[in-house]
Amino acid sequence: MGISNPYDDIPGTFVFDVERARRGYHLNMFCMSLMKPENREEFKADQRATLDKWPMTEAQKQVILDRDWNGMLEQGGNIYFTAKIAATDGLSFQQIAAMMSGVPQPVYAKMMLDGGRPVEGNRSKSEWENNG
Amino acid sequence: MARITAGIASSHVPAIGAALDNGKSGEPYWKPIFDGYAHAKEWIAKEKPDVCIVVYNDHASTFSLDIIPTFAIGCADEFGIADEGWGPRPIPKVKGHPELAWHIAQSAVQDEFDMTIVNRLDVDHGLTVPLSLMFGQPEEWPCPIIPVCVNVVVYPVPTGNRCYMLGKAIRTAVESFDKDLKIVIFGTGGMSHQLQGKRAGLINQEFDKHFLDNLTKDPIALTKIPHLEYLVESGSEGIEMVMWLIMRGALNDEIDETHRFYHVPASNCAVGHIILENRR
Repeated sequence: MGISNPYDDIPGTFVFDVERARRGYHLNMFCMSLMKPENREEFKADQRATLDKWPMTEAQKQVILDRDWNGMLEQGGNIYFTAKIAATDGLSFQQIAAMMSGVPQPVYAKMMLDGGRPVEGNRSKSEWENNG
Repeated sequence: MARITAGIASSHVPAIGAALDNGKSGEPYWKPIFDGYAHAKEWIAKEKPDVCIVVYNDHASTFSLDIIPTFAIGCADEFGIADEGWGPRPIPKVKGHPELAWHIAQSAVQDEFDMTIVNRLDVDHGLTVPLSLMFGQPEEWPCPIIPVCVNVVVYPVPTGNRCYMLGKAIRTAVESFDKDLKIVIFGTGGMSHQLQGKRAGLINQEFDKHFLDNLTKDPIALTKIPHLEYLVESGSEGIEMVMWLIMRGALNDEIDETHRFYHVPASNCAVGHIILENRR
């Protein structure tokens, strides 16, 4: 696929644009349902059956079952909504941020203490390709 | 006549609220942040605003994908504390100022800003963390609060310039309110941070410091920063800084920066905080 939006060249970033918001409506609304304790319990008791009540695509259900946090964003999820799945699992925001960035949480926490991920070398996909 | 005397900008990192609520504010990781707000707490206790207008964004707490207002104003008597998945924060309910809030809504709409009027609103960390940082842990918040919610989650989000102009409309509204009230306006969120994807954890201190400088030196330059630049330079969630421009737009052109604090990290974020006072 070619680059259709200028922000598509930002590496490792899912901009929650109209296309993702449209595709991810049901996925995100399922996440929203987890704000109620009874829905969290139902989901924990039988994840597949709970997801089957929502008109999501199979791919959307699978990334949730796999806890593929980046996959959820790719499938139209928004981080503030998918974070409700993390809360249901007892995970903190920093824990899922570490998972999405592909490093163990202590490594991620140390990176933050050292000033965070620098913007240099992280502006465009070509920079990531050049750095392997 | 009501008047705005000052603006406060503050990050609203949820983990800061959790640290305070769980008695961790004295721990080495958190202490520098709470120390960084000590001056502001003293300052606002002396300033004694009659009302605070708090510009923030809802994080899928009250607004889901069912209804997505670009600009909304809370006009209720009282606002509940949202349960964001870990139970509501143990803090007092937030009391509103319906008379002024409805007046602002009316004035802003006549001024061509079509605000969504909201009478049922649970406020989340976006609003409550700055309140905790500025007022600590009181039994009751010291003054009524008017929440102004901005969509910075679902693109397209408003431009920086639109936010700045909304600030001006809020100022016009306040100054046409026929009661002698002293008002402080908060712009919250930011600074640089990215919570998602493989690039999570991005921080850009240079961008943040430049932004802080230009709030006083050249706010018009800030209004021209395109969304793409926020996304690339300040991380996908750095876009929250457009909300600071509503606060800035509501102040005089000539202002004094009387306090600044900047710290990395709080969880995934850079914390920025500034006090801007209208010359009097």
